[in-house]
Amino acid sequence: MSAPILVCRGLTKRFPGVVALDGVDFCARGGEVHALMGENGAGKSTLIKALTGVHPRDAGQAEVDGRPVHPRSPREAEAAGISTVYQEVNLIPDLSVAENICLGRQRTRLGFIRWGDARTRARAALARLGLELDVERTLSECSIAVQQLVAIARATDIDARVLILDEPTSSLDAGEVAQLFAVVRRLRDQGLAIVFVSHFLDQVYALADRITVLRNGRLVGEFPVAELPRLQLVAHMMGRSVDEVEALRHRERPAAAPGEPLLSTRGLTRRHAVLPLDLELRRGEVLGLGGLLGSGRTEVARLLFGLDRADAGETRLEGRPVSFHSPADAMRAGLALTPEDRKTQAILPNLTVRENLVVALQARRGLWKQIPRAEQDRLVADFTRALGIKTSGPEQLIRNLSGGNQQKVILARWLATEPRLLILDEPTRGIDVGAQADIERLLAKLRDEGLAIVFICADTAELSRNSQRIAVLRDHAKVAELTGSDVNEQAVMRAIARETAA
Amino acid sequence: MIVDLVLWPTLAALLWVNRRRPLLWPLVALALLLLFNRLFTPGFFALEIRDGRLYGTLVDVLNQGSKVMLLALGMTLVIATGGVDLSVGATMAIAGAVMARLAGVSIPVALGGGLGVALLAGAWNGLLVSAFRIQPIIATLILMVAGRGVAQLVTDGQIINFEQPALVYLGNGSLLGLPFTLALVLGMFALTALLVRRTALGLFIEAIGDNETAARFTGLPARPVKFLVYVFAGLCAGLAGLVAASNIKSADANHIGLYLELDAILAVVVGGTALTGGRFQLAGSLVGALLIQTLGTTLYARNVGADVATVPKAIVILAVCLLQSPVLRAKLASLRRPAPTALRKEGSV
Repeated sequence: MSAPILVCRGLTKRFPGVVALDGVDFCARGGEVHALMGENGAGKSTLIKALTGVHPRDAGQAEVDGRPVHPRSPREAEAAGISTVYQEVNLIPDLSVAENICLGRQRTRLGFIRWGDARTRARAALARLGLELDVERTLSECSIAVQQLVAIARATDIDARVLILDEPTSSLDAGEVAQLFAVVRRLRDQGLAIVFVSHFLDQVYALADRITVLRNGRLVGEFPVAELPRLQLVAHMMGRSVDEVEALRHRERPAAAPGEPLLSTRGLTRRHAVLPLDLELRRGEVLGLGGLLGSGRTEVARLLFGLDRADAGETRLEGRPVSFHSPADAMRAGLALTPEDRKTQAILPNLTVRENLVVALQARRGLWKQIPRAEQDRLVADFTRALGIKTSGPEQLIRNLSGGNQQKVILARWLATEPRLLILDEPTRGIDVGAQADIERLLAKLRDEGLAIVFICADTAELSRNSQRIAVLRDHAKVAELTGSDVNEQAVMRAIARETAA
Repeated sequence: MIVDLVLWPTLAALLWVNRRRPLLWPLVALALLLLFNRLFTPGFFALEIRDGRLYGTLVDVLNQGSKVMLLALGMTLVIATGGVDLSVGATMAIAGAVMARLAGVSIPVALGGGLGVALLAGAWNGLLVSAFRIQPIIATLILMVAGRGVAQLVTDGQIINFEQPALVYLGNGSLLGLPFTLALVLGMFALTALLVRRTALGLFIEAIGDNETAARFTGLPARPVKFLVYVFAGLCAGLAGLVAASNIKSADANHIGLYLELDAILAVVVGGTALTGGRFQLAGSLVGALLIQTLGTTLYARNVGADVATVPKAIVILAVCLLQSPVLRAKLASLRRPAPTALRKEGSV
């Protein structure tokens, strides 16, 4: 076994009201790729931010090569030997490759930057990665993959001992991922300790030597890759034992009501987002979309609702080919979408509950046909009662409601348009248990009224509880479609964990 | 005096009605300024009737303020979408130039031409902002810079005078004893209010300004609405330009509407509409414009030179803006309450 380089003990980070990291131990060894795994909110990002000084830790120790480190900024972390490449490339697109690699560390003569030296150093840094690039090119002219590699070159230009890669592959295609991995392996063989964060299980199993799993800010365990089967890893991430999940397997489910097909897609594709996808949505049925974060669930929803355009494939609504160029098109065809991020994509924070509720229906009726105030008030009263929305009145600003009540208003906004197909992207995220139960009940009621529903949810228990059929996505592709008695957590996890047929 | 009997009860009633509304602070500022003039500026409130027409400083305020009030109506809607229109001053100059140039043809052609070219200017801005997604400040800066040149081309670099009674009436005539421009402003205000509150336009504008992403997710026609508000701002600028040209019975491409875009933006902000977009206050913008004009006239009446008058003007506007600042309000509110003890983090091990 190789020597430990980065050793952390009892790392703790508290935010108001939350313990984001609770006494986590972590150890990265030289010449190894160590994957950090966990669901959204498990504490991966916080751990990385604590190591890189973005969020100085509240308790615990960290050492690099036996020297204690306590970085208060990413710059101090770099000086201590910890370099990071983030998910979104954070370089400066309008500068050259060489400038990006050397920025902030240029050597100067009489206060002037020695550009020749910078270019030489940039070339050397790239050569260490086995890359040859024109270092005077503007970064924005390079592909995302090359930009990612430049970010790595920048990170390893200083004497890095530990290289943290935070979701480096999320915007790369398969070929680019292979190129990135070749560079990472090369750095590993040069003796660096590499910490790799990714949601793509295939990539983790292809690259990592060791896996540390976090859940709810706590350490679940550290495992050599060879000793951790995929199903076990998924179970660890979700906090269930494999046996416990096995027991759920044969739970009886209500049979799916036979419904007419409403919308179907064939080979629907969008580069970097959705691989050719066949889906069929039926009236009176909830289709669950499962898969880990980043598996392409939201991208499917965006594509169906006209927020993104497909590169290939076709969509048929009641058998007729349709193509939505905007949410307005989709809405006119009877589609509705409650987006994943309520705060930035759904609520109009400084407008009232009434305005937030009627706005989609108003958009559907058009600019000139204002919904009469009496009808608006009636809509608000009806939906407030039907969905149990707690407000001080229709003229309350929506930003002053709780998350659950905001979500109910957004649901009401779309139900007011009387949709035929409702797409719910993580409708229960970040809301309290009571509101969650209300929304689940509503889902069943709408299904029984004949709506076709797409239910996107990261929680496999919630997903299986509410769906008649589940399409499981992984790495932007549908890898399984579960029906009947297969609609259970166990099957979803199996589908997520199953190895890709090579 | 009869002015006092009408003005003060009206102001008091307005303040009372708006005591919990965003209009309160600009109204308070306006009332205080008028009160100051009532007490310390002799003749400010003097009115006389000559030839069936009212004359006096207060009437001048309304007449002179009409241009900024017209601009502010259009500017309010633009700012509410999260944009800004810097070109309205230049658009005024173009509209005035076209009207003067066509004055000899016929009155309808002169008026129609002036307004038509202003609508075109607005459509140009709207196109840049909505279709090409250029930041509004840059998109409208283009016409702000180029517009006066266009106006010079229209007038061949000359100051064109005109005498047609109908065109002169526009900026100088009176209706029922009051300036015709006042009727024009009230008419446009009524039209704008009708447009935004009797159709869904107001809701759409506020939704787009509040959270454009969410508005798009909700299927709102964000781009057409944005286009429309710039066209409307162009129309308002055109009307203001016709009035400005009529005021001086000539088209002076270099001076008509100079810096008025800035007064219009100030009027909107002072009136309670945030530059970040969202909720807008149409009536507030008119009060803001009146406040700015009253301030200017006050300084003029008190013989403060035009070159230093900008300083007291800036101070009053700063005061109104600070009174509306949520940060300052929170600070003031916390002064009245005991400060909460700071939460202390647990020390590192």
